[in-house]
Amino acid sequence: MKDLIEKLTEDFKISDVVYQRPDLAFVTVPKGVAISLVTELRDFEGFSHFVMMSCVDWIEEGKFQLLYLLHNPKTKTDVGVKTFIDRENAEMASAHHLWKQVWTYQRELKEAFGIDFPGSPRVDENFVVEGWTEMPHMRRDFNTKEYSQNTYFPRPGRETNDPAEYMRKKLYPNEPITAKKQDNDK
Amino acid sequence: MINKFLGFEPDKDKLPSLTAKIGDDIDLSSHKYQKIWLGPNHPGVTGNMAVELWVQGNTVVKAKTHVGYLHRGFEKLIERRLFVQGFPTSIRMCVAEPDTNEYLIATCTEQLSGYDKAVPEMAKWLRMLSLEMARLQGLLRGVPGQGGTFALGLGVQWGVYLRDLILDRFEELTGARVYHMYIIPGGVRGLLPDGFKERMEDNLRDIDDFIIRIRKLMFHNSVFKKRAKGLARITPDMVDKYGIVGTNARGCGVKRDVRKDHPYLHYDQLDFDPPTDTDGDIYARTWVRWQELIQTVDLIRQIMAKMPEKGDIKAEMPNVLHWKIPKGETYVRLESGRGEYGMYYVTDGSAKPRRVNLRGPSYTHAIALLEDMLVGADVADVHAIMVSLQTCPPEIER
Repeated sequence: MKDLIEKLTEDFKISDVVYQRPDLAFVTVPKGVAISLVTELRDFEGFSHFVMMSCVDWIEEGKFQLLYLLHNPKTKTDVGVKTFIDRENAEMASAHHLWKQVWTYQRELKEAFGIDFPGSPRVDENFVVEGWTEMPHMRRDFNTKEYSQNTYFPRPGRETNDPAEYMRKKLYPNEPITAKKQDNDK
Repeated sequence: MINKFLGFEPDKDKLPSLTAKIGDDIDLSSHKYQKIWLGPNHPGVTGNMAVELWVQGNTVVKAKTHVGYLHRGFEKLIERRLFVQGFPTSIRMCVAEPDTNEYLIATCTEQLSGYDKAVPEMAKWLRMLSLEMARLQGLLRGVPGQGGTFALGLGVQWGVYLRDLILDRFEELTGARVYHMYIIPGGVRGLLPDGFKERMEDNLRDIDDFIIRIRKLMFHNSVFKKRAKGLARITPDMVDKYGIVGTNARGCGVKRDVRKDHPYLHYDQLDFDPPTDTDGDIYARTWVRWQELIQTVDLIRQIMAKMPEKGDIKAEMPNVLHWKIPKGETYVRLESGRGEYGMYYVTDGSAKPRRVNLRGPSYTHAIALLEDMLVGADVADVHAIMVSLQTCPPEIER
């Protein structure tokens, strides 16, 4: 694994390598060469199995981290190719021509993070949230709690309880709260 | 062609020849095609998923998978909670085998926090037992379920009864029938109850009997054989192209099994060889699963025989309410009943994960692969094809 990454470092401008396990390494490359490296790994280094594609929102840095995780069935090793793209007008070259399932990942990333993959089939179709008009729901700045409070009205008769206190009232309504129990609560 | 039994030409043959390909604009107003929705609520559909079908006569010319009916944003919810609070949420990402999620999220947090070496031996055996029990209950539903798609309902009833017995064992081991929360960071929640092994052995004997009966019911059945043979064939060259894993890959001769390729827990101490077939059709995939049923029963017996009688079940872990994990990322995989099941987990040094992303086999099997496989299929075979790929919508929507 180490030899392979050293061999590719110069050509593909690999800037950061993390060996998470002996069989798993993550490498970081510039946006422009990510698909080339993925293609090289698939066609010449035996990483024929596309495990998954993922995105991490590093909102503090204004970046999305895209991950292409590839597996080599012969050497039983995995390489995660990472690249960072701007959060604003996020766009990445499509890799749908490499594996049949890649367009599904890109379609999901378009919907969930707002990253565009021009040319990817059905990239603008809804994936899991039909008719969604808010900001992409997997971005860090999308507040799920605020959204649900604004969208759904409170159900009458619903209240919030402390679980321990509620169970005590329900199971032992007549039992006075002893000093020991109060200490335990603290 | 004149049907020799009917004595006349069936309507299907009078229809225009199939000219549409995937992506072609199909003109419904031409009256040559019809659009039908299969699901989201349909007994033949695996879970809440819909397949939009364009048909010409009985033949599917285009298909689209629609998911989202179960979307509750599990990954997002986990990212907004403490590490330990992610557990009850994660197990719901796959109802068919929830224990796989427990193992993945526990192992990811252990690896990133440096506690992976601290998991006690006894806990590893118990984790393996619960994972194999999960596989067994899934297969008890899945193998006869394939017969059910060809109207062979009896086996399904047998399977559901026996699955319930395994759920009884889960209940006494973990306190819950479906969502167990048994595998936790650092180990497991409890030891085997007294008499557990004997009761499990009783159940396994019943399952041994079922395995013989289901073989006769399904694989000796001419209707099943005639419909499943040659249908929805996966060829070895499709495996990498589509990311096919598990029994779907092994059914066409590509022997990939995470338990063998990347041994985790104590799978390297168990004696087993993943079954394969070469035909790659529904019959072959079901046959591989049937053999896996035998193997899983054997693995549970091996685990119960080899596991120590007692020992620590949980490592000393930090207070879960104040647990912070250093910045890092990892990918952990296991072999679920449906194939490679993995989790990409990213931490940023805070008390909550930065990103949790599940990689379920259905993500590729139920969308890219299913949509292509349905083209040219008879509309009556759609359920069978879908079930044969073992699609599980919750792991797609997360």
